[in-house]
Amino acid sequence: MKTLTNGILKENPTFALVLGMCPTLATTTSAVNGMSMGLATLFVLVCSNVVISMLKNLIPDKVRIPAFIVVIATFVTMVQLVMQAYLPAIYDVLGLFIPLIVVNCIVLGRAEAFAAKNTVGLSALDGLGMGLGFTLSLTVLGVIREFLGAGTVFGFQIYSSQFAALIFVLAPGAFICLAYLMAIVNKLQKK
Amino acid sequence: MKQLIVAPAPHAHSGDSVRRNMLLVILALLPAYVVSVIEFGWGALITAAISICACVLTEWCISRFVLKEQKMTIGDLSAVLTGLLLAFNLPSNLDWWIVIIGAIVAIGVGKMTFGGLGQNPFNPALVGRVFLLISFPAQMTTWPTPQGFGGSYVDAETGATPLYYLKHIVKAGDASVIDQLPSLMDSFLGVMGGSLGEVSALALIIGGLFLICCRVITWHIPVAIIATVACFAACTGLAGALPEGLTTGEYVAYELLSGGLMLGAFFMATDYVTSPMSAWGKIIFGIGIGFIVMVIRTWGNYPEGMSFAILIMNACVPLLNKIRPQRFGEPKKA
Repeated sequence: MKTLTNGILKENPTFALVLGMCPTLATTTSAVNGMSMGLATLFVLVCSNVVISMLKNLIPDKVRIPAFIVVIATFVTMVQLVMQAYLPAIYDVLGLFIPLIVVNCIVLGRAEAFAAKNTVGLSALDGLGMGLGFTLSLTVLGVIREFLGAGTVFGFQIYSSQFAALIFVLAPGAFICLAYLMAIVNKLQKK
Repeated sequence: MKQLIVAPAPHAHSGDSVRRNMLLVILALLPAYVVSVIEFGWGALITAAISICACVLTEWCISRFVLKEQKMTIGDLSAVLTGLLLAFNLPSNLDWWIVIIGAIVAIGVGKMTFGGLGQNPFNPALVGRVFLLISFPAQMTTWPTPQGFGGSYVDAETGATPLYYLKHIVKAGDASVIDQLPSLMDSFLGVMGGSLGEVSALALIIGGLFLICCRVITWHIPVAIIATVACFAACTGLAGALPEGLTTGEYVAYELLSGGLMLGAFFMATDYVTSPMSAWGKIIFGIGIGFIVMVIRTWGNYPEGMSFAILIMNACVPLLNKIRPQRFGEPKKA
């Protein structure tokens, strides 16, 4: 249980570990985009953690990174093909960032730091916790940016888009929002 | 604030303070403001009033409720100056709520987030302006034409700025819009469309010289910026990029007199907090701004790049501050 909640709050990949910044900043232009990116990463994290934890005694120490990458890339390709087949709209929006999950620091980081040293069950829980934490933070960031930048939340118009500040769906808005969110989360956790 | 005392007492205080400097800058901005009130009428008054009030109120709210400071920093007038400079960078017919958003971003994001006056790496007024420019591109680039008090505040007649035409002339080689340019005298005096406070080069130069005479700013940054822009424009002209009907001299003059160049060079780039400390640092800072502004004006998507140029060079200031005078008694490097 502690392994599960660890990733969501105390070691949240985005706000505490500050890993996987590229998809965090680039794909959170709307709540739906952020959430789908988070869920795709969640799937890859759980699967790769489980498989790597199973193979940990077979993989020689010297070539462990290439071996991890091969495992991760396999699952990323699966996610990519499934999304292309069943969710073409989201696939088009996320585009390059789905294959880029392969080099997402969280996935490799958890494989190296957790799955390679722990049992299969714990690794699955860790992957789930980390994935949920990542999905949560990406969704929150996506909701805020979409709300401020387009006046919508999950596509529902809250106020007229004429009053929305376009900057929040562009790159600078991502950095500004992330910085303030991180500051708030740190402040809350200190208490 | 810790005090750094380098000589034995007694000392005479020169009377210099943050408040005095801010007051002098505001005074120096007044000629340009008078011109813009004459040209844009109520719009100039309303926009500046909203901007200043919103800036001061934001600073007060943040230091009172978020930082919970005992001592208020409103009295040093820096928020008033930021508000005035922000208004100078906006079209005079901008909707009131956009002005307020700009003021909140300028003070909230640009200044107080970093720890208030003296800690901000970027010029707060420009942070506010660029935020608005990217967020509300349509409203931020519709300039009212000068109408004085005759025109109404909300739907004044609008027109493009000279820079828009200049870019069109140089980039597309189209000579047909040369007639659309205001005369050089109009550009100098400020009878043209543009942001509230940037139109009159004459008034801004008077204010700038006043600041240099009062030793509030030094000459290095404005001179470096203006010289770089002039050189760049002259090179463009001599390289044969201009169509018939526009001489190199005229082109250089238009580049110098239009847009936010004078406002930026004398008032925005010279902000104490966000400019380098040493003389050489300031000169490099100015050259960098002049170069970036001309690159944006010539090849970029925006017709004007002064605010972007200053913000980019603001980011280089910590690096430029490594240029330091030699320590007394330190052996020279071979």
